[in-house]
Amino acid sequence: MADLDERRDEYRDFAPAGGSRLVDGLRAYRLIAGMWIRSTMAYRASFAMTVFGNFAGTALDFVAILLMFSRVDELGGYSLGEVAFLYGLSCAAFGLTDLVLGSMDRLGARVRDGTLDTLLVRPAPVLAQVAADRFALRRLGRITQGLLVLGYALVVLDISWTPLKVLLMPVMVVSGAGIFAAVFVAGAAFQFVAQDASQVQNSFTYGGTTLLQYPPTVFAKDLVRGVTFVLPLAFVNWLPALYVLDLPYPLDLPEWVAFLPPLVAVACCALSGVAWRAGLRSYRSTGS
Amino acid sequence: MDLIHADSHAEVHADDFIHLDRVEKVFDVRKKTGFLRSERREVRAVDSISFTVPRGEMVGYIGPNGAGKSTTIKMLTGILTPSGGRLRVAGIDPSRERTRLAHRIGVVFGQRTTLWWDLPLIDSYRLMHRMYRIPDARYAENLDRCVELLELGALLDVPVRQLSLGQRMRGDIAAALLHDPEVLYLDEPTIGLDVISKAKVREFLRDLNAERGTTVLLTTHDLTDIEQLCQRVMVIDHGRLMYDGPLTGLHEIGESERTLVVDLERELPPIDVELARVVKVEGPRQWLAFPAAESAAPLVARIAAEYPLVDLSVREPDIEAVISRMYAEKATS
Repeated sequence: MADLDERRDEYRDFAPAGGSRLVDGLRAYRLIAGMWIRSTMAYRASFAMTVFGNFAGTALDFVAILLMFSRVDELGGYSLGEVAFLYGLSCAAFGLTDLVLGSMDRLGARVRDGTLDTLLVRPAPVLAQVAADRFALRRLGRITQGLLVLGYALVVLDISWTPLKVLLMPVMVVSGAGIFAAVFVAGAAFQFVAQDASQVQNSFTYGGTTLLQYPPTVFAKDLVRGVTFVLPLAFVNWLPALYVLDLPYPLDLPEWVAFLPPLVAVACCALSGVAWRAGLRSYRSTGS
Repeated sequence: MDLIHADSHAEVHADDFIHLDRVEKVFDVRKKTGFLRSERREVRAVDSISFTVPRGEMVGYIGPNGAGKSTTIKMLTGILTPSGGRLRVAGIDPSRERTRLAHRIGVVFGQRTTLWWDLPLIDSYRLMHRMYRIPDARYAENLDRCVELLELGALLDVPVRQLSLGQRMRGDIAAALLHDPEVLYLDEPTIGLDVISKAKVREFLRDLNAERGTTVLLTTHDLTDIEQLCQRVMVIDHGRLMYDGPLTGLHEIGESERTLVVDLERELPPIDVELARVVKVEGPRQWLAFPAAESAAPLVARIAAEYPLVDLSVREPDIEAVISRMYAEKATS
């Protein structure tokens, strides 16, 4: 028994100095994702192929847009370059989130088969463990593809750049990723209650990014209202992008809404964090 | 060891490593009775259970399916929050400080693995090393020991999904012990294992408890697990603690019997021997029942001396039978 006590004493020096949950979570995420990256890199050829597959698969969406423009000159009043601009931004922001949180939709399956319990006995936040599981670097394919299309848009468009517009570009991508992250986490939280809801989540995440690839003018007013005021996806790219392009906003919104994305992202993430905690608490009080 | 909070009204000894005081777990089960209509029913999975386990003890926790064994383990590990009562492990409230407790406990679920399914076994261990912040020397020592005793050497580079059930179980036990936990919970650790794997697992657990003084709490269906490992057994049924004491006492209360199956050279009249009675005869094979608390050795010796014995085997009483007899006993007394 003394043996075990002595052993435990050694651990005290290694124990975290009361680190915050965020720090613990990021550390666990890094460890788990790192393990998956190393394992993927053991088969480089197969890795290269899956990245290319992801790239080509997601690029088909843009091919569809190109096909449309081979028949028409503009879509809802937008030129090919302008649609490419929206498309690239949506893909880049979503791709970033998909890379980091793409495994969240497996939460319902984990609740159903009971493997969530195995995460709860480890000394790391559950959210980080679920998110980092099966971390797939192949998802870089979507980001690359989005950035290439964005690059194309920047070349063909004649944007009158101001310092504010330049600053807005990276802010837009990061905030957009934040908004999508909130949707991923909230969707996963919902799966604590409804374990078969991963398709509902996918319709908001993958469906949302597809929606944002097209100009707001092609959609019904009510749908645009919905994604502005209810599920604020319009702040991912539509509103800030229209500011950069000097195009009119939908719904007669004031000009300053283009600068709201960071605030919207923070608010959404906070809300989804609350939803996640509620979901986990309900799981821990009811079990599977 | 952490000091136990002084607010407890019950007398708590520092040696009570695991402490449950009238712990309850109530589930709301919803049953659909029609379109959009459902009926709510309360299920008391754990109904006011109290017990303590001192450091270094090895305890068996048994009961039929759905008795509340796994629910108890889930509350002890911090997975589930109790609905009532007071629960402490190493002075920690598991549901409030789940991650702090995680560093000090090891958990093995017989039915599901804590290892990363698609990756080689060693990858899971390397991750545990970092995640649990195990000092390097300790990690190397503990891994070496587990690899040697659990015969994992040839399996380290095999993806977990390719391991047999017995291999995976050994892999899981090693994973639960790398961070020198003070208590090890095992939920059905021998379920589905072959005889040799069961023996290996049991031997390992016995040594672990004897050498390191690790507290062990295991749930099982297999009375042999308890017999070979635990000084103490707790029986739970319908969420209530029915018995807490040594295994022999359980046999006495349950008046349980073991069965000796004897193969003779030829058909003979029923064997007549002290302490045992023949319950069935089928050609040269006879079934004899004898009290489970008695040793089989003198019985076998006597039969071998008087009858032409070809082969024999001993069958343990099953838990369901013991418990149902305990119920009958309670009803009549």
